[in-house]
Amino acid sequence: MGGNSDQAELERQFQQRIDDDIKIEPKDWMPDAYRENLIRQISQHAHSEVIGMQPEGNYITRAPSLRRKLILLSKVQDEAGHGLYLYSASETLGISRLELIEALQSGAAKYASIFNYPTQTWGDVGAIGWLVDGAAICNQVSLQRTSYGPYARGMIRICKEESFHQRQGYEIMLALARGSDEQRQMAQDSLNRFYWPALMMFGPHDGESAHSAQSMRWKIKRETNDALRQKFIDQTVPQIEFLGLDHPDRDISWNESRGHYDHGEIDWHEFYSVINGNGHCNRQRLQHHIRAHQEGEWVRDALAAYQEKQRQRDCQDPD
Amino acid sequence: MIDRQDSDDILAYAVRLGDDALVLGQRISEWVSNGPFLEEDIAYANVALDFLGRARMYYRYAADLARDGRDEDHFAYRRNEREFTNLLIYELPRGDFAFSQVRQLFVDLYNTGFLAGLGTSEDPQLAAIAAKTAKETRYHLRRSREWVLRLGDGTRESHSRTQKAVNELWGYTHELFDVDPLEQRLAARGVAVDNRMLRPAWYQAVSRVLDEATLEIPGDDWAVRGGRDGYHTESLGHLLTELQYIHRCYPGCCW
Repeated sequence: MGGNSDQAELERQFQQRIDDDIKIEPKDWMPDAYRENLIRQISQHAHSEVIGMQPEGNYITRAPSLRRKLILLSKVQDEAGHGLYLYSASETLGISRLELIEALQSGAAKYASIFNYPTQTWGDVGAIGWLVDGAAICNQVSLQRTSYGPYARGMIRICKEESFHQRQGYEIMLALARGSDEQRQMAQDSLNRFYWPALMMFGPHDGESAHSAQSMRWKIKRETNDALRQKFIDQTVPQIEFLGLDHPDRDISWNESRGHYDHGEIDWHEFYSVINGNGHCNRQRLQHHIRAHQEGEWVRDALAAYQEKQRQRDCQDPD
Repeated sequence: MIDRQDSDDILAYAVRLGDDALVLGQRISEWVSNGPFLEEDIAYANVALDFLGRARMYYRYAADLARDGRDEDHFAYRRNEREFTNLLIYELPRGDFAFSQVRQLFVDLYNTGFLAGLGTSEDPQLAAIAAKTAKETRYHLRRSREWVLRLGDGTRESHSRTQKAVNELWGYTHELFDVDPLEQRLAARGVAVDNRMLRPAWYQAVSRVLDEATLEIPGDDWAVRGGRDGYHTESLGHLLTELQYIHRCYPGCCW
């Protein structure tokens, strides 16, 4: 009985700290479910950064100018860096990077389904930077206030870089929109293909989101899926107008009384279909990751063997 | 006094150096998302960015000298296999991790000597590029050297892969130290580096690293040459096909 009341008291104090907006740090007591929820969310975020290197990486060797090539390469490098910060943040919760990678490769852990869509044209690289990173920023800005300290601090740095990524994506779109007829068509086609999947990145409607309510109470999430999605829809309308492209949502219209844009219904059937394996790249993304990891095994083994030899040499020769 | 002949020579020289940097930067960039772990994806991206950045500096200088409307992208995207003048070692496919790291060690050690020489060039622009890029090369060398030591003296498999890479690359290192008439003219003017002078120090440094890595120096029984004359391996055409595809699909477009 004493144990249970101790537990209840710890949970009460924990919730009090959350309610008082005091950050939870790695060595603080936390409920197991909070820890597991965070590991799920942070590692899913880390995996998304890492898998997200593939669709854009697809154009590093083909970027149409040297300037674009350098910017794209830097951007993909940043995504790898974000993956590292986030794996490190996950590790503060008592799980290793190896375990996280195994969970990704076995399918136990998820990554953002947006990366199951193929990058077919250079315009897609622009659309991903603008829309996909733009949607990610809406979510991540709110996560700067998340309750877990290492995650919140990681987000502050990631957001700075992501806003640069969004600008570079928009700049690609702007160059296309102001270019030749073919380039404008390329921009419109990429916008058409990536707009709806970008809206789906915010997840299901609030009533249907499996993890939302508890995550809001623990302030792991700070704003609901629908609120963040609305913010993104509102900010994107003038950006599309400035490009002079057609809005992919024919039902988009300003609602004076709400102070927001009304929009057409999202095709959730497609969302679940892609998540459940019917996207163009679901299998390829994981196979790519597994192949690279397996091909690198002998390198990691060599590193470990060399370090062990060095350790033995140091023992034999302390000078 | 820089006369017309000098200016044409320097332009061609800058393009060569740009080609070396572009082709290797392109090859290294293929590693991104394919490395043995995430830190190496980041490191490879860094090195690729340095080489691609070098390519831009050399090409821009060439464009300044040309004064005929050609820009950096013209040199990178609008020339074919016979017009590229990079050394062959840079264009070879990336191979496995050992192959890429051994190539990197060879060219980093070569560039250590080469950029030190170019840093004293009579041509201030080339000297400035050399001063900036020599710092990058110090970092590249630190990494490639450390990796070759670990791979050579790691496991039986890593040792055998690394020795194989050394053997396969060795015949392409000789060309690094050739000097053709154009480079001789520029070297006599104090503009270009006389690469022949770089070989002894390079050989000594490579021997030291390979020895420490428990690897053997191969014999000099074969050598492939021709990059500076546009005489390339078949792999360059495929590299350029990929590199230039979009740019050439939409002629005259801005990106």
